[in-house]
Amino acid sequence: MSMFSNNPALRWLMHNPIWGFVLLIFVFFSLSADHFFDARNLQNIVVQTSTIGLIALGMTLVMINGNIDLSVGATLALAAAFAVDVQSWAAFATWGNWQILPAVCLALLAGIAMGAINGFIVWKTGVDAFIVTLGAMLGIRGLVFVYTGEQSFYAANFAYSDFSMMSLGPFPVLAVIFVLAVIAVHWLLSRTVHGRNTYAVGGNREAAVNAGIRVGPHMMINFMLIGFLAALSGVLLSTQMGAATPNLGRDYELWVITAVVLGGTKLTGGKGDIIGTLGGVLAIGILRNGMNLMQVPAFYVYVILGSILIAVLFLDKRFNRTQNGGLRL
Amino acid sequence: MTMPHTPALQLQGIVKTFPGVRALDGVDFDVRPGEVHALLGENGAGKSTLMKVLAGMYQPNEGRILIGGKTVAIRNPIEAKAQGVVLIHQELSLVPEMSAAENIYLGELPRKSLGRVDWKTLFAKSNAILERLKCRFRAEVTVANLSIANQQMVEIARALTVDARVVVFDEPTASLTDAEKVVLFDIITDLKAQGVGIVYISHRMDEIFTLSDRITVLRDGQYRGTLDTAATNEDEVTRLMIGRSLDLTRHEAPPEFGKTMLEVRNLSCAPLFRDISFSVRAGEVVGFYGLVGAGRTEIAETLFGLRSPSAGEILVDGQPVQITNPRAAIALGISLVPENRKEQGLVLHMNCRDNMTLPQVQDLTSGPFISNGAEIAIFDQYRDRLAIKTPSWKQSASVLSGGNQQKIVIGKWLSMQPRVLIVDEPTRGIDVGSKSEIHTLLRELAAQGYAVIVISSEMPEVLRVSDRIVAMYNGRIMREFDISEVTEDNLVQAISGIKAEEVA
Repeated sequence: MSMFSNNPALRWLMHNPIWGFVLLIFVFFSLSADHFFDARNLQNIVVQTSTIGLIALGMTLVMINGNIDLSVGATLALAAAFAVDVQSWAAFATWGNWQILPAVCLALLAGIAMGAINGFIVWKTGVDAFIVTLGAMLGIRGLVFVYTGEQSFYAANFAYSDFSMMSLGPFPVLAVIFVLAVIAVHWLLSRTVHGRNTYAVGGNREAAVNAGIRVGPHMMINFMLIGFLAALSGVLLSTQMGAATPNLGRDYELWVITAVVLGGTKLTGGKGDIIGTLGGVLAIGILRNGMNLMQVPAFYVYVILGSILIAVLFLDKRFNRTQNGGLRL
Repeated sequence: MTMPHTPALQLQGIVKTFPGVRALDGVDFDVRPGEVHALLGENGAGKSTLMKVLAGMYQPNEGRILIGGKTVAIRNPIEAKAQGVVLIHQELSLVPEMSAAENIYLGELPRKSLGRVDWKTLFAKSNAILERLKCRFRAEVTVANLSIANQQMVEIARALTVDARVVVFDEPTASLTDAEKVVLFDIITDLKAQGVGIVYISHRMDEIFTLSDRITVLRDGQYRGTLDTAATNEDEVTRLMIGRSLDLTRHEAPPEFGKTMLEVRNLSCAPLFRDISFSVRAGEVVGFYGLVGAGRTEIAETLFGLRSPSAGEILVDGQPVQITNPRAAIALGISLVPENRKEQGLVLHMNCRDNMTLPQVQDLTSGPFISNGAEIAIFDQYRDRLAIKTPSWKQSASVLSGGNQQKIVIGKWLSMQPRVLIVDEPTRGIDVGSKSEIHTLLRELAAQGYAVIVISSEMPEVLRVSDRIVAMYNGRIMREFDISEVTEDNLVQAISGIKAEEVA
């Protein structure tokens, strides 16, 4: 370890091993998959990554805070259903393209509201976030089916689905939105008082309470943020598909948690950052894209990702165990 | 300007009840500006509860709090701090992953616009405070990388972030070296000179008598009286505290010891401890004394197979052995009663019998099932032998008193027929009566031929139970004392890292 510590770049990699992995698979696919390194494909990766990536930003906040949110996939589906359905309401029929605005606003508000409910219950009842959001996951998914009547909605206004094809200069607008969100959440987490208190609450809740930090509101804000980000992700996903299906976002919570944990955030809270999470979502995005280009069947991607997840955490555990003097527990 | 004799802080008739317990029963307490007022009492006497009421963590059921002569309501720690009341916690109340500076200003980080943290101010102010405390680390370091003593300094640094009227120190020296203590006492004197009222909670009589102006004693949640330090002595304080004079006698007449049961040669486990050599004979109690973090618990964990030594050898019964896991340790007849009874020693929600038979339940079978009768037989045997007070074996371990819980853990290991019994902090959090019972029990066990190692941070305890005392500092053995040659002074010197002059 000491031989690495002289070089700042290598030292940085030691603390962010996921980026080493991202670099590795990036080089690997660039060399072995034909169209991987095309600008077009790289844009694709960022756009594909942004769906899970946006939610992962929120999940990082919630997990650093010592909680977890399993309801994000269902929230995403609910928001997508709202965004696509509301724009075709008769009340907005004469609004032209402006009819998209109330639809998107309502969808985002629905996401924030779902997060607020989760956060409020966790705050006031003290029930574990895992259980609360597990309930929310089932309940919200049920609401989606009730609302959609098990049908898919299709966007009547073509401007809506055109949005996902737009570009700002060379950059697809979806990628730009994702990058802006990364910067904003990173800034929130590392520079603001709310961000630092999020670490404090997750790192040592008792110490935070003793220091007079109001634990509940911080948790609720983070749940509202993840609700918002899940809804945003749902809206953007529905613009890509021009539709919303009731099964949208199934298993997304698992992908998101995988990405966040790969990025070095501790399940027990107090540790993690957005840089790591970005590495985690990119790792998943590049693997899925690259293996797709190499025509590896999708199930193998699952097997490989699962193995990588366990291997990364195993290495992390080994590393931490030597740090605390090798106590075998 | 307040009148000079208005107390900085006054608590009147504070009553705090928890379901089934009257934790505080009409307690009066006051601190004048510029005095050090020591608060004394046994574990469970209500000191911590009183301080939590003061800091706004608990709301009293009755009674008033006056600050600067005015009645105030303190609803949370931030309000307490705003009123100038700062509490320095006994258990480190830090967030390990954050920097020292963030911990010092936890809950009140300096802000810029948009809720941004003002890092420049934060680090500048924190570094200024750490310099005042003569700390040799910077505010930018992560707390997890600091030694326990330096973490304690971070905790103390928190008191200096506001213009405090009253600062409460709750056993601040428990993990400090003598040099660090001197700095702390300077700080306290300094605060005192500025007219701050200090509440000082400690078990160490010497500190209380050097520092304090007045002493208030609590017992069983009740106010027992306030004494002027200058006009009292240790014996009077002790009697107020425990209702009788303390039995400080050491056991006498070293018995005949048997052969060496356990020997350790040059055992190291970098970076926790180095070059540890000692031996324990049958019938002997060896006490390990040192500060928190001196490496005593880690040695015990190594002997019990929870850590791998990096060098050195362990001999049981004269034979070199490899202990790679607790199962191997148990097979060799080594048992460990761990430091933290509730977290490491017991499965709290299991009943007493199941806790006691935990390590051998796989052997207590009849056919494919666990033999109920065999389990109960073992439980009954050790309940009687150790005088464990529980209505029945079905009782959940969580509801027993600390002393009885500890006996369950000890009984668990005795039932495994050990030869070497390692006991880590046997009486932590146990009331005075049960404490002496445990001490007597440890002596009896030695007399029955067990080799016993007692790790303790309480000097009276090691002095009372040990035949020999090993003093540790910073992962090394500083000196080994025979009980006949040890004095409180040379023991304190040894564990503070001061080399003892060679005794001629």
